[in-house]
Amino acid sequence: MTAMNMVQALNSAMDVMLERDRRVVVLGEDVGYFGGVFRVTDGLQKKYGAHRVLDTPIAEGGIVGAAIGMGVNGLRPVAEIQFADYIYPAYDQIVSELARLRYRSAAAFTAPLTIRTPCGGGIRGGQTHSQSPESVFAHVSGIKTVMPSNPYDAKGLLIAAIEDDDPVIFFEPKRLYNGPFDGDPDKPAESWAGHPLGEVPEGYYSVPIGKAAIAREGSALSIVTYGTMVHVCLAAAAAEGVDAEIIDVRSMMPLDIDTLAASVEKTGRCLIAHEATRFAGFGAELSASLQERCFWSLEAPIMRVAGWDTPYPHAFEWQYFPGKKRVQQAIRQLLNIEA
Amino acid sequence: MTTPKLHVPAVPARPGEAPDFSYLRLAAAGELARPEPTVAVNETAQLAESLIRVLDDDGVARGPWDPKLDVATLKQGLRYMLLTRIYDERMQRTQRQGRITFYVRSYGEEAVSVAAAMALSSNDMLFPSYRNQGLFLAREVSLKDLMCQLLSNTRDMCLGRQLPVMYHSTERRLFTISGNLATQFPQAVGWAMAAAIKGESDIAAAWIGEGSTAAADFHHALLFAKVYRAPVILNVVNNQWAISTFQGYAGGEQRSFAARGPGVGVAGLRVDGNDFLAVYAATQWAASRARAGLGATLIETVTYRAGAHSTSDDPSRYRPREEFGSWPLGDPLERLKNHLIALGAWSDSEHTQLSEELERLVADAWKEAMTHGTLTEGEKLDPALMFSDVYREIPPHLQQQRAELALLLQTEDAR
Repeated sequence: MTAMNMVQALNSAMDVMLERDRRVVVLGEDVGYFGGVFRVTDGLQKKYGAHRVLDTPIAEGGIVGAAIGMGVNGLRPVAEIQFADYIYPAYDQIVSELARLRYRSAAAFTAPLTIRTPCGGGIRGGQTHSQSPESVFAHVSGIKTVMPSNPYDAKGLLIAAIEDDDPVIFFEPKRLYNGPFDGDPDKPAESWAGHPLGEVPEGYYSVPIGKAAIAREGSALSIVTYGTMVHVCLAAAAAEGVDAEIIDVRSMMPLDIDTLAASVEKTGRCLIAHEATRFAGFGAELSASLQERCFWSLEAPIMRVAGWDTPYPHAFEWQYFPGKKRVQQAIRQLLNIEA
Repeated sequence: MTTPKLHVPAVPARPGEAPDFSYLRLAAAGELARPEPTVAVNETAQLAESLIRVLDDDGVARGPWDPKLDVATLKQGLRYMLLTRIYDERMQRTQRQGRITFYVRSYGEEAVSVAAAMALSSNDMLFPSYRNQGLFLAREVSLKDLMCQLLSNTRDMCLGRQLPVMYHSTERRLFTISGNLATQFPQAVGWAMAAAIKGESDIAAAWIGEGSTAAADFHHALLFAKVYRAPVILNVVNNQWAISTFQGYAGGEQRSFAARGPGVGVAGLRVDGNDFLAVYAATQWAASRARAGLGATLIETVTYRAGAHSTSDDPSRYRPREEFGSWPLGDPLERLKNHLIALGAWSDSEHTQLSEELERLVADAWKEAMTHGTLTEGEKLDPALMFSDVYREIPPHLQQQRAELALLLQTEDAR
């Protein structure tokens, strides 16, 4: 085990897979010589050469389109989209092509492609560097959608994604790259050093896609969340002194509904928290699926804490970001605690 | 003081007007030089604006672009083109009879696909558009297999998931056709990049219509092909019409589509698409350039969509009915036939005989295909198949939905 932050863990995942499998190639804007704007691909081109770690033109649709062709021709491309906010030019290639190749050709053609992309806010990035578009991908049949919340999962899930024969959209909550973040911007930044999930094996291992993790066991209520919000919810529950069970969804599709439902049946109360906007966000799917499964166990309506339904505002980031206070307020409401 | 006036591209002739192809820049057969395929990109600038032609009006092959094919190859080309036309006519009729839901003919464009397929090696990977059935026929995918796809029957290669004509063949290296335009262009470039990364000598070729060059995917493909010198041939089939939209609206006025190749930094060739020999020669040139590691060629094949866009289209509403009769580049099938006759290697009676033979071949295949059911009659695909191949393994939520449907179908029709 080695202490790694999420950037190093992701880098290590690609390093391990480039080493193990000749078919793996990495491509994207600035990923080669420079090692990526977040340094996630640092050193990979030097180690594996410019033919396996490719700098690309600034054309997300071209990156994904070309990567699909590479996948069809037997490679396992890992494409980086520099920010999730820039993924939309590739949306047609992802939705109309990547997601449906296997289906439309009755499995004659497939493209085992991993698309990595940093997502989420909390970095003063404004509306073009802060979005959380996971629901517009989770909605699409034929692709898997994943988001880790710590270095250990990040490496294991990325290795699983690269090995997966289905295409995977791999969201990286960029606020967690260098340390856990509980939603309080005024506290000094924390690092992953000393965090149990910042201890990462150097070699090969994988974390299965489609399995949720219990970030904290508890009995008072279930908080279903993912990405940066896992840490915000942990802090909020601690601040309230509430014995919450906190579940890290990790994989939106396939969704581990059994683990989620078992928790909600046990606690009878459910709060869903994500950074993405609330309306038709992934929380809506979680809420609907959980009430279908757990209606007769529920003691209170399922609640959601999410980003306000506006574009991500630069100057009002900390009024926009669904921080600890909003989660605490929702916890109190769910448990009928007087404010 | 003048103010800028918006330019709206002119359409040369509308229904009721006399066809007018004066906008089309032509060249004489044999007029253009043929540089070595290793030539610098800039040396192709004139070839990208002019028109490479081999067959003249008398059916004689002229000039340095003549690929000098033997008679057997020419006859084979004629056979594939005639088969394509007969297949198209027959399948169009079956759509009119209500046996299939939709069809797209390639009438008038048969040389574009057939000549290119024949000029490439069988290992080269082809990324067709929906009007390239000639690629499938020239690579001898079985007629019955193609027809079963059209019928969405129990032998449908797509298991009922695709509109008619969206074929594929892994064995014959024909990529799955997408109904979305131009998406296959950057994919073909990526496929070719992968071949180069793996150190393999196979190349890729892709086709889109001139209308689809408007899509970002066209530009992405061209750029990635240029940047990485990908071994790929990018074909723009300029058949003048994208449904009712004239090629001027894709930027074709006073500027060839092939010229975008040298503009970006890949070789460009503008070719008479109704000239089997010219298409063959241009494809051969581009293939040897790609195999030599000199990268992509953008080939514009100038042709005319003689039929409707699809069975859902009525071109008499937006262009003169008799336009094809005035098309300066003629009928590709007639031109190759006349060439063979001029060579003394073919006759009208042989042609009639071949035509009858191919009619029988198509009719027999159709009868056989029908024994596996149609969308409305006979054997049916199991609806449970709709849940497989979404992912490699069927995830729990889809297993549940499949079981839900099965239960419903046990008791009643799902509708």
